[in-house]
Amino acid sequence: MNSVKIEDLRKKYGNVNALDGLNIQVESGSVFGFLGPNGAGKTTTLRILAGLAQADSGSIFFGSENTSKSGTDQKARLGYLPEEPAFYGWMSPREYLDYVGKIFKLATKERQLRVDQLLEQSGLKEAAKRRIAGFSRGMRQRLGIAQALMNHPSFLLLDEPVSALDPAGRKEVLEMIEGLSSECTVIMSSHILADVERVCDTVGIINKGKLITQAKKQDLLDRYAIPALEITTSNGSASLMPEWKLRLEKLPAITGVTVEGYRFHLAVKDVHTAQQEVMQDALHHNVTFEKLEVVKPSLEDIFMQLTGSQK
Amino acid sequence: MNFLTAFNKEFLEQRRTRKFLIALVVLVLFGMTSPLMAKMTPQIMTMVPGGEAFVGLIPEPTINDAVAQYIKNITQFGILLALVFSMGSMTVEKDKGTAAMILSKPMPRGSFLLAKFASLALTFIIAVVIAGVAAYYYTYFLFGQMNLLNWLTLNGLIVLYILVYIAITLLYSTLTRTQYVAIGLSFGTLIFLGILGSLPGFGINLPDALISNASLLMSGYPVTNWTGLWVSLGIIVVSITTAWLVFRKQEL
Repeated sequence: MNSVKIEDLRKKYGNVNALDGLNIQVESGSVFGFLGPNGAGKTTTLRILAGLAQADSGSIFFGSENTSKSGTDQKARLGYLPEEPAFYGWMSPREYLDYVGKIFKLATKERQLRVDQLLEQSGLKEAAKRRIAGFSRGMRQRLGIAQALMNHPSFLLLDEPVSALDPAGRKEVLEMIEGLSSECTVIMSSHILADVERVCDTVGIINKGKLITQAKKQDLLDRYAIPALEITTSNGSASLMPEWKLRLEKLPAITGVTVEGYRFHLAVKDVHTAQQEVMQDALHHNVTFEKLEVVKPSLEDIFMQLTGSQK
Repeated sequence: MNFLTAFNKEFLEQRRTRKFLIALVVLVLFGMTSPLMAKMTPQIMTMVPGGEAFVGLIPEPTINDAVAQYIKNITQFGILLALVFSMGSMTVEKDKGTAAMILSKPMPRGSFLLAKFASLALTFIIAVVIAGVAAYYYTYFLFGQMNLLNWLTLNGLIVLYILVYIAITLLYSTLTRTQYVAIGLSFGTLIFLGILGSLPGFGINLPDALISNASLLMSGYPVTNWTGLWVSLGIIVVSITTAWLVFRKQEL
């Protein structure tokens, strides 16, 4: 079982409660997206899990093993990528990965194979003998991910893993992370919500050191789904729009109407009834439109809604 | 063993960042030139304007002058290099985040710390050994034979003296946030111990006694009080242990 359970984790820095009774349960083999505004406690949590900091109280379970206040005992099974990975500039990536492999006590042949594999996977094969000091931030980030994977970790902790990458690099890394769910449990913090939405199957949102909500991504999207319709009108309907807006506001199934350019955004009580009422109204008054669609909120909408309400 | 893994990395770093080479070149250079300087001091004096008047007053240089010159140069520059090489060994790793990268893996913090001390120790052991061989050769060539066993003991005591300051600086580097504070505190300790050593009856119990004992040995006098040796070993052990106790609880 590669599940991770965090129970009532508390951590104070001076008078600041970095973690204020955090409870999280991450299922084995899931890709857990850890969301929260700056200072919410994401990095602190990951550092405690990685054994780099100690919680004041609370428990961490990796599988069935209680590691008390930090992840120190689990280091052989962990892979960790900090937000800004730092390396010895005088080393080459091959040397660094080899060093990491030695720390994990990999046998020489296995280590060499793994180093080659990771250099290939991270796109650093060509730069394998160059000094890390001359690397771009993106290259360092890719090397950071490679070193975190050296030991085939059971638990992979990634703090903003794609923040320094260009779109192509981001796509590659996200695909790589997505593919890792069969091998390990991934906990990934990110402020790029689209990335979390793309690769994570479970999402936890924290603010001020507390868990606000945690659910399967789809459950979360469904739970916070505010029924809405979006109508895109044609350019020719511009003159009819103010009048139609007034009529739409009076329809029983519609609770609110906002207009953005040639688009109406309708908050509705019931999507099906609202669709019928809108179509009938348009037919009776000869209003034409290009598109009528049901829109779902994004993770970003939910995140803003949840963290905003906590402020 | 993860200590060996960390030690190999540290010693490779000493070589790649030229610290090893610098220690070697500086100490060997002073090892070679110390007997030469002792031998040539009267000739040098004649070249100084007005120095001819003193030539008659300067006694013929002896082996003891060569040894004294060697001890003074090697300890002064050895300590200076030791402080500079050790001051950032922990602070820089903590500040840059390289320590966090490594210590999130199954690398014990004790091994990480001890490897730094051991690699710096090896650098200075090698440098002092080669400097000692060079100095011995030149002294033998210019002045005659020295007692080999005493010479080996002298160099051993010099290494130990340098290790005391490596251990102290490593402790300060663990305790503080910047390397400049670490080296400042180390210099402060060096000066403090120097002042303490000048107090009557105190010096024999401090690391400085290693050097005075070494001089006595080479001059053919028996050394009866080795307290300074035990105090030096104690300082090394206490500094490293304290650094480890602090470092194992430090947040990275």
